[in-house]
Amino acid sequence: MNGLIKVGISDYAKARAPETIVTYALGSCVGICLYDNAKKIGGMSHIMLPESGMAAKNDNNRMKFADTALVDMTRDLVKMGAGRLTAKIAGGAQMFATPNMGPMGNIGDRNVKAVKSTLAMLKIPIIAEDTGRDYGRTVFFDLNTGIMKVQSIGKSTHEL
Amino acid sequence: MISNYEELNDMHIDVLREIGNIGAGNAATSLGMILNAEVDIQLPKVQISDFDTAVNALGGAEAMTVGVLLNFSGEANGLIMFLLGMDDAQNITSILVDDGDDGGEGLSEIKRSAIQEIGNILGSAYINSIAQLTGLRIEVSIPYIAIDMAGALLSVPIIQFGAIGDKVMFIEEGFFTSERKLNSNVIMFAEVDTLQRIMGRLGLEA
Repeated sequence: MNGLIKVGISDYAKARAPETIVTYALGSCVGICLYDNAKKIGGMSHIMLPESGMAAKNDNNRMKFADTALVDMTRDLVKMGAGRLTAKIAGGAQMFATPNMGPMGNIGDRNVKAVKSTLAMLKIPIIAEDTGRDYGRTVFFDLNTGIMKVQSIGKSTHEL
Repeated sequence: MISNYEELNDMHIDVLREIGNIGAGNAATSLGMILNAEVDIQLPKVQISDFDTAVNALGGAEAMTVGVLLNFSGEANGLIMFLLGMDDAQNITSILVDDGDDGGEGLSEIKRSAIQEIGNILGSAYINSIAQLTGLRIEVSIPYIAIDMAGALLSVPIIQFGAIGDKVMFIEEGFFTSERKLNSNVIMFAEVDTLQRIMGRLGLEA
C-alpha cells in the first residue's frame, strides 16, 4: 500500500486504487467517501458546514460546505473517468451535550441532512452510514476495496 | 471594522493578549486555591490559524483529551474550553478525589465531575475578569464535558467560529504546577463582533 492521503478540515482528495485516503477525528463535521467500484476511483471530502449560503461574502472555500463540496468532488471524479458512484458517510456527532439553541443548532445533524440532500440531488446512493451520536471518528477509505474503516476511542474499529 | 479574524492587526492582538493575561491570571488563582498549589501561567498566545493548524497546536487530531466547554453570551459571545490530556486529568483529579480508581482507560464518574467543576471555575473566573475590565454584561453557561479525540472536540468551536473565513482566532493559555505535573490549556474563541465591542470598551477602534 502507498502512503496515506490526508484530508484536512474543509478539504477533499481524489485518487485511484491502490491509495488509501484518511481524515482524522471527525466531530460534528462529516466525511463523505464517493467510489466507482468498477474503475476503483474515489474521493473523500471533509465538510464542516451544511450550506454555502452561510458563507461570508468573501469566503470562497467551496470545500467547507456540503452543498458545494460534493458537487465539486463529483465533477472532478467524473473528469477522472468515474461513472457510477456510491457514497459512504461518517461523522456528524454532537460532541457536547449542549442544548441545541443558538444560530448553529445541532450542527452535526444539520451537516448529515445537508450531505444526504446533496447526494440525493446528485443521484448518488448512500450504501453505508455511521453518523450522529456523541463521539469522534477517524475514517480510512481504501480505494482497492471501497471499504470505509471507522475508528473511535473506546470502541472497536469497524468496516463499512 | 473587521469582518474576519485575519484582519486583526498587531495592536488588536496585543490587547487580546492582555485580556487573556488578565483572564488567565484570575483563573490560575482559582485553580491554585482548588489544588492548594502554586499555579503558573504561560504568556498567553493569540493564535490566528487555519483549522488544521489550530488542531495540531492543541495536541493533535487524535490525542485523547478531556474538554470542558462553557458558552458565554449577552454583550459578548463566544466559548471557553479547558483542555487537558488524559494523564493530566488523572493527575489533577487524584489530588482532589481518592476513589481507588487506578486510571485505566477512562475517568471515573466522580473524577469527570471534578474536572467539569474545575473547568467551570476556570472559565467563569476568566470571563468574569473580561466582564469587569470591559463593563460588558456576559452570561456564562453551565459546563459541558466530553472525553474524545482533540480534533473532534475542537470541531465544535472551529465550526462555530470558522463559518466566516478560513482561519479561527483563539487565545491560548498554558497552566502549570511544578509539583503536580499538570499541563493544560484554556482557550477562548469569540465572535468578531464581540472582539470589536471589547476593543471599543477599551477605547480602541477596530
